[in-house]
Amino acid sequence: MQAKMQLRSQRAATVGRSRVQTKVVCRAFNSMESAHAEELKKTAAYIAQKGKGILASDESNATTGKRLESVGVENTEDNRRAWRELLYTAPGLGQYVSGAIMFEETLYQTARDGRQFVDILLSQGIYPGIKVDTGLQILPGDKGETTTQGLDNLADRCKAYRKQGARFAKWRAVVKIGEAGCPSTTAVLENAHGLARYAQICQENGLVPIVEPEVTLGPGDYSIEETAFWSERVYSHVMRLLNEYGVVLEGILLKPNMCLPGLDAPVATPKEVARATVRTMMRSIPPAVPGIHFLSGGMSEEEATLNLQALNEEAPNAPWALTFSYGRALQSSTLKTWRGQEANWAAAQDILVKLAKANSEASVGNFKGPHPVPGGGRILQALRTGGAGK
Amino acid sequence: MADLATVAAALSAPGKGLLASDESTGTIGKRLEKAGLPNTEDIRRAYRELYYTTPGMGQYISGVIMFKETLLQSTADGRRFVDVLAEQGILAGIKVDEGLAPLPDGGDGETYTRGLEGLEAACREYVAAGAKFAKWRATIKVSDVLPTDLAVERNADDLARYAKICQECGLVPVVEPEILIDGAHSQERFGAVTERVVGATVAALWRHGVALEGCLLKPQMVIPGAEAEGGPLPPGQVARATVAALRRVVPPAIPGIMFLSGGQSEEEATANLNAINLEAQAAGRCPWALSFSFGRALQVRRARGAPAS
Repeated sequence: MQAKMQLRSQRAATVGRSRVQTKVVCRAFNSMESAHAEELKKTAAYIAQKGKGILASDESNATTGKRLESVGVENTEDNRRAWRELLYTAPGLGQYVSGAIMFEETLYQTARDGRQFVDILLSQGIYPGIKVDTGLQILPGDKGETTTQGLDNLADRCKAYRKQGARFAKWRAVVKIGEAGCPSTTAVLENAHGLARYAQICQENGLVPIVEPEVTLGPGDYSIEETAFWSERVYSHVMRLLNEYGVVLEGILLKPNMCLPGLDAPVATPKEVARATVRTMMRSIPPAVPGIHFLSGGMSEEEATLNLQALNEEAPNAPWALTFSYGRALQSSTLKTWRGQEANWAAAQDILVKLAKANSEASVGNFKGPHPVPGGGRILQALRTGGAGK
Repeated sequence: MADLATVAAALSAPGKGLLASDESTGTIGKRLEKAGLPNTEDIRRAYRELYYTTPGMGQYISGVIMFKETLLQSTADGRRFVDVLAEQGILAGIKVDEGLAPLPDGGDGETYTRGLEGLEAACREYVAAGAKFAKWRATIKVSDVLPTDLAVERNADDLARYAKICQECGLVPVVEPEILIDGAHSQERFGAVTERVVGATVAALWRHGVALEGCLLKPQMVIPGAEAEGGPLPPGQVARATVAALRRVVPPAIPGIMFLSGGQSEEEATANLNAINLEAQAAGRCPWALSFSFGRALQVRRARGAPAS
């Protein structure tokens, strides 16, 4: 319940000059009135439970197409469907994964035997999630900075997705660093406002918002300290606006980047990544947020696991779960094993579950190795802009 | 910065808290006069000496907040208060604000805190005199229409500027956004205002680049107004609301939350603090120390006897 009150200056009427009216904003944070608040908290707590993380499989059709084509599979709806079926029916995946983020098309798809993907996931104890942003758009200026689109009709879309079985949503904001003038204040605030508004709408419509402010891993030899510096600034604006917008923090999840140096700088050790990342989180994220699910954004599969392990060694008593929301770091070798061949189906699923297990162990500081896919290189992708999330 | 973090950690060490004995001359005078004692510098000195030389205080007190006059005073036998405290492992702190003033264009009764002008020079003097931490008190009034955004943002910003100056001079700032107990508001309303005010304060600290590991927060517990129907709430209820509110707005990097006791009785404040710590342990994920910065709640209500005793 929001109670907005206005305080008028007594002199304004007599003096006759216009004054900015001071306003009171008082939010009832315990939102007992909100039908969804308790459910949102339970859902977020479930997804952030110890030892589990999120499978990010919400690539747009175009991006999915690029991936499929890289292993010689044609980008058709049925092939996209088959690829996701492979992921979601992997036996035992639900031991290590508590949520799977889907693209809109996938949310409504079924397996070969006719079962809905959402039901398959739920039967594994995996909550279905839905990417709701409609992609990046270039901001005015010459830096190639972006904002994220998707607020129009979001409330209605959330209602529809929830009806179909989605329990949580995701919106990716990207902030570029490493170039002179980046990030601009405009870019930081624009992205933070988008995230806060999205989160507010999701909660109003019964979906837990994953808030993803990605300070992106990009070209340049900027240091890990510079990444940490900008990450702190970005996250602090995001958290400030989430509170100002009345978003219930116990009912969100955060999906940030780990702090890494630029692509042209020497790769940081897991311990260095852990120290910078944990410090940044401690400074910016209040304990009410139940889970911090790091994106893998370009890290190799092994790097993503080793860094997550180091994070949990660095902060074994962290007030939030320090876990994963991995896309490429769970899918890359899985896809390369499958290559669209039925004969490789089980082997591909096996790799996926092994990767999920390794990251599950890392998320509680118990990963001892060896890694299922050691020595892989960085898995980079270009930033896609424009297009309504197709 | 490492020094600030070390001092902040020491001040918020487990089982210890702050003694707030920084009453201004006028305020302490009222208390002395009630006890039939004259308000002279020597009586004030003797009153503070009584506390600072209490044997064993160092077991429970990590720091003492002093008024400017007191920081420079000594015991009757000539030992500096700062040194007497240091011998007990107690750090000296200094109130650096210069009191409240009406907030221009604010709501009825809203204030800002004076003292930013000349603060840096004053801090350097205090550091030279042996102070390790400082304190600045902002107050926020609650009613149906208060606080205004102006009061919240102005006080948050001033607290952050104070904190930044302190850190640059080598003092750990205790950041005190006191939401006043006066009024008939409910505990729920108080919780909402707490989140708004403490959230704005933290946002201001971020904005001004204050090192969170080297500062402490001194908020009020989440309680109903003094004139609210039903009177004080059971400690468990105070604890749950307080812990829930602070978990939403205070980042883990701040090492300690040192509650003020303003308006509560000694028994109430202690019982509530105990319940807060039990609740924090039960709820989990409360990474900061939850301790006290008590003044009236620790100090004897009446000072008795001649200065020599």
